[in-house]
Formats: sequence, C-alpha cells, structure tokens
Amino acid sequence: MTEVKSYLVAVFDDDDVLLNAINSLREKGAKIFEAFTPFPIHGIDPALGIKRSRLPQVAFMFGATGITCALTLQIATLGFDWPLNIGGKPHLPFPSFIPVSFELTVLFAALGMVGTFLLASGLWPGAQKIIFDPRSSDDKFILVFDLEKNKHFSTDQLTEMVSNAGASEVNFKDIVEKH
Amino acid sequence: MNVTSSVREPLITGGKTWADITNDICRQVEGKPSKSWIIAFTVSVLLLGVGVFCVMYTWFVGIGVWGLNKTVGWAWDITNFVWWVGIGHAGTLISAILLLFRQKWRTSINRAAEAMTIFAVLCAASFILLHMGRPWLAHWALPFGNTYGSLWVNFNSPLVWDVFAISTYLTVSIVFWYIGLIPDLATIRDRATNKVSRLIYGTMSFGWNGSAKDWSRFESVCLILAGLSTPLVLSVHTIVSMDFATSLVPGWHTTIFPPYFVAGAIFSGFAMVLTLMLITRKVFHLEDYITLAHVESMNKVITLTGSIVGVAYITEFFIAWYSGVEYESYAFINRATGPYWWAYWAMMTCNVVSPQLFWFRSLRRSLWFTFFISIVVNIGMWFERFVIIVTSLHRDYLPSSWAYFTPTWLDIGDYANSFGLFFTLFLLFSKFLPVINMAEVKAILKSSGDVQTGQATAKSIVKDTETVPQN
Repeated sequence: MTEVKSYLVAVFDDDDVLLNAINSLREKGAKIFEAFTPFPIHGIDPALGIKRSRLPQVAFMFGATGITCALTLQIATLGFDWPLNIGGKPHLPFPSFIPVSFELTVLFAALGMVGTFLLASGLWPGAQKIIFDPRSSDDKFILVFDLEKNKHFSTDQLTEMVSNAGASEVNFKDIVEKH
Repeated sequence: MNVTSSVREPLITGGKTWADITNDICRQVEGKPSKSWIIAFTVSVLLLGVGVFCVMYTWFVGIGVWGLNKTVGWAWDITNFVWWVGIGHAGTLISAILLLFRQKWRTSINRAAEAMTIFAVLCAASFILLHMGRPWLAHWALPFGNTYGSLWVNFNSPLVWDVFAISTYLTVSIVFWYIGLIPDLATIRDRATNKVSRLIYGTMSFGWNGSAKDWSRFESVCLILAGLSTPLVLSVHTIVSMDFATSLVPGWHTTIFPPYFVAGAIFSGFAMVLTLMLITRKVFHLEDYITLAHVESMNKVITLTGSIVGVAYITEFFIAWYSGVEYESYAFINRATGPYWWAYWAMMTCNVVSPQLFWFRSLRRSLWFTFFISIVVNIGMWFERFVIIVTSLHRDYLPSSWAYFTPTWLDIGDYANSFGLFFTLFLLFSKFLPVINMAEVKAILKSSGDVQTGQATAKSIVKDTETVPQN
C-alpha cells in the first residue's frame, strides 16, 4: 500500500534564526516533523524536544560484555584448558590480563555503540533516507512540518507563521511512502 | 553561546561563508586531479611497486636477507614498526584528546590527521607481518585452540598484548574516521552531478540526511568514541614500549618507557601531520582553513612533547648511572660513545635541540622552517627507535657475541615499501575524500571565523597578542 504524505519545507539561512523559529513555532502549537541541518546545532535538542541519546548506556553494556569475554578467554585458556608454567609465574596472573581486557573492552564498546547508532538511525550502505532539500547538507537549515499533523492550521496560516519566524523560503513536498 | 576572546586569532580566514566551505573543500573531490597530484601519485605508486617487489623477495627468501645477525635480531623491522605506530598517534590525539579539551583548531586538521593515523598503522602492521618471517602463520598470534596451532597464546607476553592493541587501535581509528566522514560524504552526494559519483558517495554516506535526531546521536557517538580513543591511544604506545620494557635487556628494562614512548609518539606524529598538511594546504589552496594559527598551535605541541622526550633521555641516562647497575651504565655510555654514537647524537640533535627553536615566535610561524623541522623531527624519532633497539642489542653479555648491524638493500627496500604504501593511500584519500571536516568547520565558523567574530584583520590581532600575555 502506498500513501502520499504532504510536508511543508521551510528553509532558513541561519542557525540562530532557526532555533528561535523552532521555539516560537512550537509555542504557537505547530508540530515540527524534523529539522535538517548541515552541522550539529547546540541547543536544538531541547528546543525540538529530542531526548538525550541512550548510546552512552549502550556503549557501557558492550564494554562490560567485552571485558567479560576477555577475562573469560584468558582465565579459561591459561588457567584451565592448558595451564603452562611460564617463567614460574602463577597460572592466573591477573596483572598480565589487564592489557588484553582493556583493549577488548574498548573494541566491543566502540563497535557495539557505532553499530547500534547506525541501526537506530537507519544508516547503512545503500540506505535511502528522505532528503527534503539537498541544500541542507550545504548551508541551509530546513524545518519540516507534516501537514497532516498540523491540521489545526490552514496551509496559508502555517506558511505565514513560518515566514514570520524568519524562513527565507517555504516549499511543499509530497513524499510517497510504501508500507 | 560561544564566547571567544578577542585576542584569539580567527581559525578560518578569508571571510568564508558556509557555502564557501562546501565549495572550497568539495572542489578538489569533484574536479580533475591537478598536475602536481598526478606526479606525486605516479612517484608513490612506482615506489610502492619497487617496495612490493622487495617485500615479496623478503617473503620468499626469508628474513635472512636483512642485515640481522645472531646478536641483533631486531633492527629496522621493529624500528620502522614503532616509528609508524608513533606517527599514527597524532591523528588520534587531534581527533580525540583535543575534542575532549574542546580545542577548536583541531577541526581543520582532524580529518587528514585521522587518515594519516590509519595509513601509518597499516604501514606499522606490515612490518609486524614481515618480521614474523612466515607471515602466512600470522594468525598464530591470535588465541585459536591448540588443535589448530600448537598451544594457546601466552597472555603474559607483551607481544600478544601488542596484537590486541594494534588491531583494536586500527579498527577503532577506522570506525571513528568513517563516522566523521558520513555527513561530509552526504554533502558530496547532494552536490554530485553525475550518476556514478552520486551512487558511490550515496552508498558511502549511508543515506545520511542530517536530521536533528541523527545529529544528536552522532554527537553522542563522537564524544564517546573520543572518550574511548583517548585511553586507547595511550595504551597502544604503552604496550609497544612494554615489548621492550618487560625484557631484561639493559637499555630496555626501564619503567620510564610508557610515558616516554607516548610523548615521543605524539611528537613524531605532529611532525608528520605538519609535513603532510603544509603540502596539502599549498596544493589544495587551503590557506584560509589551515592558517598560521594552526601551524603555531601544532608547533607548540611539538615543543612540549619534544621537551618531555628530552627530559626522558636525560632521566634515562641519570638513572643508568644512579642505579649502580654495571650493565645498564655501560649500555648508556656505549650509546653515546660506542660504535653507534652517530645515531645517538643524530637523535639528540633532532629531538632535543631542534624543537626548542620553536620558542621563537617568528620561527614557529615560519612555514619553511616548520616544514624543515617537521622532517628533522621525524628523522630524529626514527633514530630514537633505532638507538633503543639496535644499540641495546649489539653489545651482548659476552664480548664474543658482540656484533654490528648494517642494513642490506632489502632493509631499505622494505622501508621504502611503507613510504610507497603510505603516500599512495594518502594521495588517494586527498583526491577522493574531503580533506577537511566540512561539518565541523561550519560549526565553528560563527565563533572562530574572522567575519563573524567581528575581528578586523589577522594583522591587528597579531598586534593584540603581542601586548596581551598568551595563555
């Protein structure tokens, strides 16, 4: 089943204008679908109501898995599977296990977190995420409104509100979504 | 709100706008390669060709073709390995440690420095494989069960730690670098005019569209990767130094090694970053992005780390005498006055004396002088590793085992191979990927660009800094 969704795409020239616009438009009751910017803007997360990412916790969990695997591997091989007398050292020399445990913690945490990030954001080779305005990767800041969810405003009202908030351009875009 | 002191020099000059940044950086990716690039690339590929021949020869015949003997069992192979790994450290320092310290000047150089890290670590890894003699058995260094090889690997051994450290370092560096590349690849994709490049850069950009939610996660990921890479980079050279420090060889058996090696690594890495960036900046006309302020900052890091290295050399010498260990004292006096005195004094001149010249402001702001010193430092750091490895080995406990190492043409050829590999990869990177992190530079433009901060000209600011004490 396919569905056509209509969006209002407001183009801004400046990040500070964009931030003010987000705050004032949300105050007036407009529902913002998403903002697209060429670089991360500080203060945009609270303005849009984006919650703090839980990726740090994910990284911690993967790191904990890494250190567990590393210690299990070293203890199991050196201590139990084939204990060797190496220079008269104990079979379970924990100080010697620190470097490998550390490296595997970092490796698991980094790869696990990045993998989670890519999955959560739907980024992979060949992924086609919707690009509302290609200039948003150059020097324009884009605010997108789902017209469906802003039915309490007429299209003209919304256009006027967005222009008053500082948008330099207002466009409309229909996206065909496949379900 | 960012508040930038008026005494700070602007980091981006030339009155750039965001669109200018996109155009300036994408130009070299989209345009035809310049003549100088083609010449440099041809030379690098030829060098790589000669190098591959030498490496193949070494593989087929064995490492007996090197100048090694019974006494000196490690020489250029491990020297080159440590040298390349050390060079790699600057990239991670710039991208991770300076990110945590919120140093904005890193944004103009971090992309190229991280690329340099990856290529340098690859070169280092090639020497690890080569020095094994039978590189097709390299997987024996990994913990496979004993039905596969002989036994489990020995986790007491720093050489095993090294395997884990270097492979983790390479992997995490590649991931960190690539994650940072994604938004810039999307910029190139959105500008692409032909189908092929849109497909290639589209695939490589993973469909990135710069939504606020993705940026929020992206920033989180970068910050944590920086947090993970910081101890990682310190651990890597620490572990490399333990290859020596945990042995009982006089001259190697030193507790000062880990911090001393890390400082040396950053020292040589920054020198290599400067060598590469001074050329890149000239060839790609990036003078507005990599300004004298950047060069000066890097030179300050060189002076700091160079001084740490100098103090370490002197401390080592002092402790060799103070410990009262006969062999230790001999090892150090032999370094300075024995058959390898020339290597020792080359190291001392290049690493201890030359960075001190950067105390003069005019010298650390001179491009030619900086370029010259950056090469001198890299030569010095190569000699440092050579001195540590070869001079400690060549006088064995029994005078009958004393020997002298002389390189053969294959020692030189295999070293040349790593240069061919390094420059070929770096030139490919500089042509096909954005050499400057556009998204990050755009993000600091308002607070650190010369137009937006309301600073008049670089000249008037230079005047300011002369009267105001710098921090």
